[in-house]
Amino acid sequence: MLRQTWWKILCVILLAYTVIGGFLGHVPAKPIVNETIRNLYFHVAMWFAMMIFLSVSVVYAVRYLRKPNHIDDIYSLEYAKVGIVFGTLGIITGSEWAGFTWGAFWSNDPKQLGAMIAMLIYYAYLVFRNGIPDVDKRARLGAVYNIFAYAMLFPTIWILPRMVESLHPGGMGGNPAFNDLDPRMALVWLVGAIPGWSLLGTWIATLRIRLALLAEDRPPAGRPKDRH
Amino acid sequence: MRSILILLRKDILLEIRQQYTFYGVLLYVASTIFVLYLSMGQPEGPVWKGLFWMIELFICVNAVAKSFLQEGRGRLLYFYSIAGARDFILGKLLFNALLMIMMSLITLALFLFMLGDPMGHEGYFVLITCLGGVSLSLVFTFLAALAARAQQGAALMAILGFPLVIPQLLLLNRVSTIAFEDVLQGGLGWMLVVLAGLDVLLIALALILFPFLWKD
Repeated sequence: MLRQTWWKILCVILLAYTVIGGFLGHVPAKPIVNETIRNLYFHVAMWFAMMIFLSVSVVYAVRYLRKPNHIDDIYSLEYAKVGIVFGTLGIITGSEWAGFTWGAFWSNDPKQLGAMIAMLIYYAYLVFRNGIPDVDKRARLGAVYNIFAYAMLFPTIWILPRMVESLHPGGMGGNPAFNDLDPRMALVWLVGAIPGWSLLGTWIATLRIRLALLAEDRPPAGRPKDRH
Repeated sequence: MRSILILLRKDILLEIRQQYTFYGVLLYVASTIFVLYLSMGQPEGPVWKGLFWMIELFICVNAVAKSFLQEGRGRLLYFYSIAGARDFILGKLLFNALLMIMMSLITLALFLFMLGDPMGHEGYFVLITCLGGVSLSLVFTFLAALAARAQQGAALMAILGFPLVIPQLLLLNRVSTIAFEDVLQGGLGWMLVVLAGLDVLLIALALILFPFLWKD
């Protein structure tokens, strides 16, 4: 299924719709947020996509632990990497948004802190993997740490920021989020942005996986094949 | 259950006979707090609290690091043949939790002695200290196992551990307010529940994941 092209075309169409509809479409004029509400199509969609990729990654990690297979490890690693990229973009877009609505790009808001901690935990995953020379051991320990990191994602992003006062929607205290989301915006967001960015990430991940699988088949570098 | 207790007894016995970690960490605690005293004097409540949890973090790294590094390959294989992986990790978790409770209480005593006592409710803080010690020891025990399997030293454990313990340290720091102030903002009780929930999560993860770390 993933070798087919239709979903890649769909991805481009959806993203074009997101960008064009996102920047030109109608948005309600809300106090404080004003035009920055368009960031909904980017910032929030990044986190949705990140959760999807990190979940896929942890599924492959579990699969690897149940039955060690090198290919599962490649899948797990590449999806985690894409998830980390999207999470980082989520922090950057969020900080940008905060700069224009909350008054500071970084204000130690609980949600910002939680997201930063979660990203640090995942950066540590990459560092940890690189530190292990043996391939099988790297895959197994990486899978174990991946599951551990995924479990820590929930307290840091989903539970802790909700328990304290936060400027971010979802926390205690007055941010009503977008309960009354404009239907035209909801269309761009739900139909365009979230599937679009998720498909783009999947595309990137599948390309990287194919590259990694090709690199596996190649003879080790530095040892020329037969020279005639 | 029996094998867990036997493994726990073995760790305690080893500790009592060798004692090098215990006194080593004790010296570390005492000298760090003394340096703090020399440089900070007797700080205000918030500073005191922050310093206390940072020191706890470093003590935990030092105290727990050796728990897996000391076991050689052959010895691990031996434990594997006589007890299960789960018994082994439970034994280690228990031992490290006990060790950290002791170390935390010593740290607290030294803190009170040297850095003064800005608290209003010491009794609560003793309980929070024990809970904090246990929470930190759970994270670092599991990471020590990971680091030991990766054949890396304590440095890797610190790299992996510091991001992972931030949520707990933040929670602990916030919960500690209970001991410092008479008028409390709401939600602190819930944070205690979350802290305990995190501990349960960590134990469950260790039990599920450790068997995979174990086999080679």
